[in-house]
Amino acid sequence: MTLAILEVQGITKRFGGLTAVNDVSFVVEKEAILSVIGPNGAGKSTLFKLISSFLPPTFGQVSYEGHRITGLSPHEVARRGVVRTFQETSIFKEMTALQNVVVAHHLRCRASSFGLYFSSATARADEERFRKSATEILVYLGLGPVKNALARNLPHGHLRALGIAVAMAAEPKVLLLDEPFAGMNIEETEAAVKLVRGVRERGVTVILVEHDMSAVMRISDRIVVLNFGIKIAEGTPAEIQKNEAVIEAYLGRADDELGH
Amino acid sequence: MGLDRHETARHSAAEGAVAIGQTDQLASGRKLRFAAFALIMFLVIPILLGRSPYFITVLTNGAVLSFISMGVWITFSIGRMNLAQGAFALVGGYAAAILSTRYGISFWLCLPVSGLVSAALGAIIGWPVLRLKGVYFAMTTLSLTEAIRLLALNGGDITKGATGIVNIPRPGPISIFGITILRFDGANPLPYYFLACTLLVLGILGVWRLSASRLGWVFRSLRQNEDLATSIGINVAKYRVMAFAICCFMGGIGGAFFAAFHQNIYPATYTIADSVNFMLYCFLGGLAYIFGPAVGAFLLVISFELLHAVQDYQTLIYGLLMIACMLWLPNGILSLGRIHFRQRKNLVS
Repeated sequence: MTLAILEVQGITKRFGGLTAVNDVSFVVEKEAILSVIGPNGAGKSTLFKLISSFLPPTFGQVSYEGHRITGLSPHEVARRGVVRTFQETSIFKEMTALQNVVVAHHLRCRASSFGLYFSSATARADEERFRKSATEILVYLGLGPVKNALARNLPHGHLRALGIAVAMAAEPKVLLLDEPFAGMNIEETEAAVKLVRGVRERGVTVILVEHDMSAVMRISDRIVVLNFGIKIAEGTPAEIQKNEAVIEAYLGRADDELGH
Repeated sequence: MGLDRHETARHSAAEGAVAIGQTDQLASGRKLRFAAFALIMFLVIPILLGRSPYFITVLTNGAVLSFISMGVWITFSIGRMNLAQGAFALVGGYAAAILSTRYGISFWLCLPVSGLVSAALGAIIGWPVLRLKGVYFAMTTLSLTEAIRLLALNGGDITKGATGIVNIPRPGPISIFGITILRFDGANPLPYYFLACTLLVLGILGVWRLSASRLGWVFRSLRQNEDLATSIGINVAKYRVMAFAICCFMGGIGGAFFAAFHQNIYPATYTIADSVNFMLYCFLGGLAYIFGPAVGAFLLVISFELLHAVQDYQTLIYGLLMIACMLWLPNGILSLGRIHFRQRKNLVS
């Protein structure tokens, strides 16, 4: 039997009169890759912010490993193991790739703030561990050769990978990827798909929001489809491809079109 | 926000260099420079200028103003332009004045306590205010300076209103094994100078340590991307309040020093102009350098005094010099060294 690691229960978000996400529920199984798709403005990004607690929901809740995480501050949610990445390439631009990932090990830091300041034995040991683990993550994600380059000088594809490296450093159990394949060409997407699969191999559950349909169909175990903030379908890629409601949401109904 | 990007650009150059060249060579070069600086401050200057109370007083001011602006430098390191440092110097000054005149507490205890009072107040005010960024934070802190001044003006019997607190006792003498080394009397400013230098040297060492430690990296991560820092589990609110409190602590210590040095404090001792100056010292010296605030403060304080000679034109020339610096050295005076270094490297390669 597979285990649910994350459960979204009847979550709703209203901005004034606009309901961005309306009563959405789904369950994410451990070590699965679940994609959330939908036309522009369907509420995918809002849903992400709700899960990672960057936004408070109007109703509903998210539970992680059976505990409610809604209402916690975002850094606490990250601390528990639900870590998000950002749509735009979001990294610490003025640090090197290695420093980006070392800083991201913050959660594993055992030294107190005073220890950090006075560079206590614990803090030095931490630092040593972080460097090792950061290098390992970078090499794993194919960033080994550029680890000492300033992040702002890295090309787009590397930045995306670095964003994932930063998130991985926080040792997520659930990783939320916001459009990881956006703006990538076919080869880059292929590499990124492998990378996301690799992340899952490491025992991380992945939830991603994505526009690139072919990548989504290849990579996902399950797909949730949103339209106007409402969940209109959920299932395996094969089921979603045949689903009437999904085809309608993406292509419109035949009799809506002019001349028919 | 444009402002933030500007700050980032200013900070970035040096960080990149540190990041790539984190070699022992670099560290030892810095240590050497620091030792030379301490030697000049503690030995060369007293020997050369020790007989001129005027110069010693100017340099004492420069040293403590540097110390205070280093606090502002720390708030720059988390990406906030802080215009409240005058307020916290005032708070520290009043804390020292009230504790020593009312309760007869020794200056040597007042000094750290004033720092802590400022830091505590900074943490309380900083908690909500630090949510703001860019110009909004700058404007709020600017008004804070004015608000604290008005508070001191209307503080009734506690702050003694516009008359201020006068006759603040001088620091007690420092003696080792019964031999008095430093006696703080009105005749000679040299003991104050030594105290000021000690503060500055400790301040630089402290900020240096901070900047190199993991805490420094956390602060810089906040400046570069607060959302990302949150997403990797950094308690952003906690660390930015911490940075602000450290800044206020330094402001409070500096304020307490000046209260004892001048033996008085008034609501107008620190105004918005002072807050702006503390920030300008950082800009002028260079935000990317730990020595930045000190270089900026000494340069401006000394040049302002030298311009006394031209009387009426003093502020005019001073202003023009400032504009020139901002135009031609937007990354601060210390970026001159980097330009020099780059040219040398180009010649070699």
